[in-house]
Amino acid sequence: MNKKYVMALLLAGVVFSSELRIQARSVTEEFKNKVIARRDSVVGIEAYFTPSTSSKKTPDAEGFIQRWLLLEPINKPNRSNTVFTDSYLREAFATKYFPNQFTVIPKDGDMVKAGEQQLKWHALDSKNFNVKLFRFAHGLEKQIYGVLFWAVTVVDSPREMQNVRMAVGSNSASMWWLNGKETLLLSGDRRMVMDDGVSKRITLNKGRNIIRGAVINGPGMSDFCVRFLDEKGEPIKDLRITNK
Amino acid sequence: MIKGINITRVLPLLAYCLTGTAVAQVGKPFIHDPSTIMECDGRYYTFGTGSGGLISEDGWTWNSGGVRPGGGAAPDVLKIGARYLIAYGATGGGLGGGHNGRILTMWNKTLDPKSPDFKYTEAVVVASSDGTEDCDAIDPGLLLDPTDGRLWLSYGTYFGFIRLVELDPKTGKRVEGNEAINIAIDCEATTLMYRDGWYYLLGTHGTCCDGPNSTYNIVVGRSRKVTGPYLDNVGRDMLKGGGKMVIAAGGRVNGPGHFGRMILGDGIEKMSCHFEADLDQSGRSVLGIRPLIWKNGWPVAGEQFKEGTYEIESERRGYALELAVDFTRMPGGMRGFNRDNNEPIKPVPSQQLADVIKLWPTGNIDVRIGDYMFRPHQKWTITAVQDAGGYLGAPYYKIVIEGTKRALAATAEGEIVTVSEFSGAAEQLWRIDQLTDGTFRIMPKVVPGSQKQLALVSSGDSTPTLAEFDMKSDNSKWNFRAH
Repeated sequence: MNKKYVMALLLAGVVFSSELRIQARSVTEEFKNKVIARRDSVVGIEAYFTPSTSSKKTPDAEGFIQRWLLLEPINKPNRSNTVFTDSYLREAFATKYFPNQFTVIPKDGDMVKAGEQQLKWHALDSKNFNVKLFRFAHGLEKQIYGVLFWAVTVVDSPREMQNVRMAVGSNSASMWWLNGKETLLLSGDRRMVMDDGVSKRITLNKGRNIIRGAVINGPGMSDFCVRFLDEKGEPIKDLRITNK
Repeated sequence: MIKGINITRVLPLLAYCLTGTAVAQVGKPFIHDPSTIMECDGRYYTFGTGSGGLISEDGWTWNSGGVRPGGGAAPDVLKIGARYLIAYGATGGGLGGGHNGRILTMWNKTLDPKSPDFKYTEAVVVASSDGTEDCDAIDPGLLLDPTDGRLWLSYGTYFGFIRLVELDPKTGKRVEGNEAINIAIDCEATTLMYRDGWYYLLGTHGTCCDGPNSTYNIVVGRSRKVTGPYLDNVGRDMLKGGGKMVIAAGGRVNGPGHFGRMILGDGIEKMSCHFEADLDQSGRSVLGIRPLIWKNGWPVAGEQFKEGTYEIESERRGYALELAVDFTRMPGGMRGFNRDNNEPIKPVPSQQLADVIKLWPTGNIDVRIGDYMFRPHQKWTITAVQDAGGYLGAPYYKIVIEGTKRALAATAEGEIVTVSEFSGAAEQLWRIDQLTDGTFRIMPKVVPGSQKQLALVSSGDSTPTLAEFDMKSDNSKWNFRAH
């Protein structure tokens, strides 16, 4: 085998094992920053999520929260996202689709009945900074368009943190609650951009904090990302994320 | 005269209100997803979605006539050596259908359909998407890297990632073994450019194809390497949705998309795009051309020149272009000290044209540059001249003293003068281009009896002339101050 072929094999192995991120130690400078495109046609969600374990999970290097309980999508047909005005969204997100929807902290595998649908909660860790709800639904062979997703997670803080902000990006519109209180509404048709919508100053309690989100989409690639920023706009990383 | 109202005061104001608008391209500039504008044998070409494209003799009046086989959408064009490389997407992307896309390239020696050399080569596929992967192969954009001659193509849309592939500049085909890499999300209509050690990735955010409700806007990120990462002005990766605004809706047009760059000369760049809706043209999708400005290493669209009355200020010294006439003093001098501040305050009227015009010569009057005092001999009303043609992005303008017909003109000696009445002669027509640093170049359409392309230049603090434009010198630059 010539050197070039060995390098190519090495590189292929590295790419496969690290998904979209290249661990740069054994590869040349040129490849260090490349994010090689993958074929994502396979069914299943393994390319994007791993099942949550009980091991400690912190936000990633940029503060993004990757551990969530995700509910399979509720059917909410919309042929276009132009309907996502503030009024429409407030009504859509206030509607009760299933029991205890605003208070439940579900367990992996819990089922709910939403209208005619039987939907399951999944405890998952996203492999990316963002939570690709489209791929979650697609991989589980559920509805991908005309959907409303619910997401819950628990953030354990070592101390009370004041004057922090929740920073969210979502595709498309979404609403977010911290400890039962509405914190953020991202309205209109939009795509998932990091730090797109940011809450007013809020306080993280010492100990448990519940984040709940609802993401709605017509024909788009549903997605969201969440992190907390401190007073200076820096990401908060000394949190523990659990979905229990 | 209307009782109680001095009409000579009202008329200029009325004129300003009626003309305070920018004018758009003329002809039939209707296109969607235009390619970079190309010059070929003295004409300008751009191709769009569907078949065909637009042609212009001067860059201002555009009509259909371009010919591009293959259909599909959102082509781009790049001149490499003596040939033109055309890239296009076989599909328009789409949620209704699938996300199976193909990007193709082909060559032509000319873009002029009437030329005997006009013949496209067979199109070859250079990138594709299989329908479920995190990419939909549409909307190609081309870059020939001036530092090393390598050829790159970006493509993709909101479905998944924007990807980058490398092509062979000799064949237009995909380089053997090249792997597509992800460089952005949340975009479509991307393209790449290079300037001063930075690579720029441009793309659209917002909604396409929704007429006057399209929120399409063009954003940019930059990288030291063509392979990324492309970061925006707050350090956000375009792979996380970052992007700095280049152009958004404004005036009576919304939904800019499909950026193309033209470098016309040192310091003179234009950008092209479409606007999803031009409310002055039935809300149709139209070709847009704007100046391209560079601010701290970031590209920003300049604005279309707005007709109005201005001070024409020299960048050299900050004095104003004015008629060489006597300075007429206004009544009043300095108020003495230790006066009573409780005396009532009353506005003092500005000097009016009527106060001074009788003292001016009636024939030609020379022009100089002097202290700006917002006096009538220093205020210039600039309006587009109908049916006089134009250049990339703008029509020719007349520059007249406010409230009069006295017009700025170039002379055969390569100087400037004002004639008592605008006649529409070529030397009275002016081309205004915003430069990459935000100042302006002002050029007569013609210097009588000369083929030379000269621009308005400060030869001294107080003396204007016509001379060769030099981007490196503030002598060649002007500002229009509306105050």
